[in-house]
Amino acid sequence: MTLDLVHFTPVASLSGGLLIGGAAALLILGSGRILGAAGLYAGLVLAPAQMWRWFWLAGLVAAPLLARLIWTIPAPLFPGSPITLLVAGLLVGFGARLGSGCTSGHGVCGLSRLSPRSLAATSIFMATGFLVVFAVRHLVS
Amino acid sequence: MVRNAFALAAGLAFGLGLCLSGMYGPQKVLGFLDITGAWDPSLAFVMGGAIAVALPAFALARRQRLSWSGEPIELPPTRPIDWPLALGAVVFGAGWGLSGVCPGPGLVDLGFLSAGAAIFVVAMTVGVFAHGALEAGLRGRRPIAQDA
Repeated sequence: MTLDLVHFTPVASLSGGLLIGGAAALLILGSGRILGAAGLYAGLVLAPAQMWRWFWLAGLVAAPLLARLIWTIPAPLFPGSPITLLVAGLLVGFGARLGSGCTSGHGVCGLSRLSPRSLAATSIFMATGFLVVFAVRHLVS
Repeated sequence: MVRNAFALAAGLAFGLGLCLSGMYGPQKVLGFLDITGAWDPSLAFVMGGAIAVALPAFALARRQRLSWSGEPIELPPTRPIDWPLALGAVVFGAGWGLSGVCPGPGLVDLGFLSAGAAIFVVAMTVGVFAHGALEAGLRGRRPIAQDA
């Protein structure tokens, strides 16, 4: 199967979602932690002695190698200039810390915990994302 | 040891899920965020699938004190919706919309040896430290302000 990054893929995306939910279940029930990529990564760079975080990152970074054995997988395509990516990375890192979570932490785990804070955060960052993409794609260019 | 094994398995399953769902690709995420363009609702299906599995898992976790590895289950305390949460979500959403990349996909794309992912992750790391420095600065200043 070739993974499709262009068209609507309900089955593959729902199946991938089930895997992501399974990962969140494994981490909370197995290790007692929330699967929030920003929080786990920040913990890793701020307190590098916690080995389990490195194991989590190793699994995450190794996943594409395994995925290549199963599917034909197109390369990720980063839009814009390196400067855009630099600014975006800064905003994402800073914003996820200030807002206590990211797409996985608030959008998957927080909503699954029925947290009102996570519902608020997810609504706000999605709305902002819609607006920024609208501005970049339909107003500027 | 057991905790490391669960963390590794969770990282692998998370990464495979990001691959299969297409969310490792910024172009796919941007297709979702572009609601007035050729909208691709795939990301909503990813969240639906993930929540369908994670919701019962968290319901179970709430009733237990210890995880399978013996470590305590750490669920975030209930806090009110405040300005840092809202402002942080706006800043995060702006970066997400600019790039189509959030922390999970940014890290998983390092596995593709992608230069874009490397730039993003380095900048994200700087963002994490910048927040830490700002927070420490504010915390250090607060007692002085109270004294005055």
